[in-house]
Amino acid sequence: MPRVNSTDELEKIRKEILSRRDPNQPCISICAGAGCLASGASEVIAAFKEEIEKQGLKTDVNTKGTGCPGFCERGPVVVIYPEETCYLQVKPEDVPEILSQTIKEKKVVNRLLYIDPTTGEKATHESDIPFYKNQVRNIICNNSKIDSKSIDDYLAIDGYSALAKVLTGMTPEEVLEEVKKSNLRGRGGGGFPAGRKWEGSRNAPEKIKYVIVNADEGDPGAFMDRALLEGNPHSILEGLIIGGYAIGSQEGYIYVRQEYPLAVENITLAIQRAEEYGFLGKNILGSGFDFTVKVHQGAGAFVCGESTALMTALEGRAGEPRPKYIRSNIVGLWGRPSVLNNVETWANVPLIINKGADWFTQFGTEGSKGTKIFSLVGKITNTGLVEVPMGITLRDIIYKIGGGIPGGKKFKAVQTGGPSGGCIPEELLDLQVGFDELTQAGSMMGSGGMIVLDEDTCMVDVSRYFINFLTDESCGKCVPCREGLRQMHKILTNITKGKGKEGDIALLEELSETAIEAALCALGKSAPNPFLSTLRYFRDEYEAHIKEKRCPALSCKELIAYHIDPAKCQACMICLKKCPAEAIGGGKNKIHVVEQEKCTKCGTCFEVCPPRFAAVQKISGEPVPSPIPEEERIIIRKSKEK
Amino acid sequence: MNNERIDQIIDKHHGEASSLIQVLLEIQSEKHWLPKEALERVSEKLQVPLTRIQHIATFYKAFSLVPKGRHEIHICLGTACHVRGATRVLDTVQDLTGIRPGETDLDLKFSLETVNCLGCCALGPVLEVDGKTHGKMAPAKTADVLKNCD
Repeated sequence: MPRVNSTDELEKIRKEILSRRDPNQPCISICAGAGCLASGASEVIAAFKEEIEKQGLKTDVNTKGTGCPGFCERGPVVVIYPEETCYLQVKPEDVPEILSQTIKEKKVVNRLLYIDPTTGEKATHESDIPFYKNQVRNIICNNSKIDSKSIDDYLAIDGYSALAKVLTGMTPEEVLEEVKKSNLRGRGGGGFPAGRKWEGSRNAPEKIKYVIVNADEGDPGAFMDRALLEGNPHSILEGLIIGGYAIGSQEGYIYVRQEYPLAVENITLAIQRAEEYGFLGKNILGSGFDFTVKVHQGAGAFVCGESTALMTALEGRAGEPRPKYIRSNIVGLWGRPSVLNNVETWANVPLIINKGADWFTQFGTEGSKGTKIFSLVGKITNTGLVEVPMGITLRDIIYKIGGGIPGGKKFKAVQTGGPSGGCIPEELLDLQVGFDELTQAGSMMGSGGMIVLDEDTCMVDVSRYFINFLTDESCGKCVPCREGLRQMHKILTNITKGKGKEGDIALLEELSETAIEAALCALGKSAPNPFLSTLRYFRDEYEAHIKEKRCPALSCKELIAYHIDPAKCQACMICLKKCPAEAIGGGKNKIHVVEQEKCTKCGTCFEVCPPRFAAVQKISGEPVPSPIPEEERIIIRKSKEK
Repeated sequence: MNNERIDQIIDKHHGEASSLIQVLLEIQSEKHWLPKEALERVSEKLQVPLTRIQHIATFYKAFSLVPKGRHEIHICLGTACHVRGATRVLDTVQDLTGIRPGETDLDLKFSLETVNCLGCCALGPVLEVDGKTHGKMAPAKTADVLKNCD
């Protein structure tokens, strides 16, 4: 491929790519994101390739492994263009039928369509599915249109046109002004206005400056950055180059965690391609602007998502944060001005440049503009990535898009903001989603994890879980975080084990206060959030654990017992056979009994007991009823004569 | 792993001390652990004191200073998996293998690790054996998955 030396050449190449493509030729795009791959997408892709060959369709149809469109719950997802027919949970054995029906005959394979669980209606197109219909997909929409490994695909959807616009028609100051006007706030957690961060670096006197992509997405239950990096790596590169131009930097870094091998692969390939085409390197598009990018893999440390720790790690040292008397946009990597933004923030930049700040600010609320991608997970019907305008209510996200709680369970809370975020209870479901709104409710936006909890989730355990996570991930540099969190974890563990004491809550509050006041970095300062927010809304659960030794959600292992209701047990032998601890007594036609001293409380009996019997129960806070006498355990079945 | 291979990796990163973590990651991914001799070679070549390498090798989770088993089990304890019962899956795997997270059994058959999120939250609880993801896990199903490892 020849180097692209000017904007005119870029447009020429774009036309050439488009002219080679027939928009009416069928294209089968199969999600090759990590979620779908785990549900067997690579087998589906292989089956398509083989079957296309077999049916002699090689010249008539294209196949593409694309990025994640977001609907992970129903993966592997297959979309067939130009009709946009959407098939869900596709298996390799469905492939011959899809080819012979949809591709050859232009007929829809009904059984693979989305069925609305309430109305029973089928949706043929992606845009008809409620999960997609209620979103505003400005950024993530391109994921399913392009092969993430192909730069030509990105160019075909107007890729690098924002870069061309900036390099030929805008001064760095104008770019900065546009970003400032858009009021784009950092998508990684802090919500600091990107334009102001850039301006600080631009005005710093040092000659050498850096721009950095923070793709160390460590929040458990959050994977939007990975989806973008895997699915549309060039859009992030384009944003980064524009950022470099605006602040006067010629070197960029992408810090991506090694737990995301596919993201590392795709972004590395994207950089290579961009170098070949001349979007990176010397004299980009003939403008005289030079820019290079390096990928740095993180080695597994949550704290490296913090800006100063990340920069220390980039320097090849242990990623410990430093106090931020001077912000890293003034003194950052190697002591030089460094602008660090999250993946999603960078992905917004080309859109703002292309469509203008006014377009961007029409989405969102007063304080939070644009859209935000959330990863909606936990006890929710439609798990996946959702992109919504800021200002949408939590209720709309969870019920309209997420389809509510599965299994007829009751909603309890939604946890936002990652480990240092907080839980928002049902009475606040009409809260508008935005940086300031979530902070006021005791949680935070964070990078966009949204974990739905139902009535079976114990809030004390959730708080213990997050404090445990943060204790583990604390770098150990400052005392309030290293020691304080450890003590908090000890106390919370005791509470969930039924060893809680009067005064524990007050002690936890005191430790929290110290960490908030005195910890060195954002990790420590916000670490008590999961405890404080659950205490604020679910104090009764803490008290039930401490005073009554009872877990209201029937979740804490040490506080519950499994019991088989003799009136309901039909002696079907299923639990007895499945119990790994051989703790269930009884036999054929003999009512089963859990032998409490042998029981390991693994819950297998509870899961396998047929729902029509529902004989296995969980008990907490009260003694287990003693088993009924031997002689009453025999079940005499009525004969099955006709 | 011989010194030649280590030198190759270092040369790939232009022998810069700042690429220390990247070098260690490559050794870890090839060897599945960081033998002492390898660290000494890296220290010598990159001119970084061994103490600092030890600091890094113990600070970051990706590195292991002990050999790993033939089968690496990763149990996701991310929030989504946690609320769907990942701890019970972990308990069962511990019972079955006799090792706790971070440990390797004496026959070098299994290594057990917990991870914080594999990003397949729709499939939680998730168990990963040698890179293959097994979704929608339940304690009763784990034995079937581990049975296939020899």
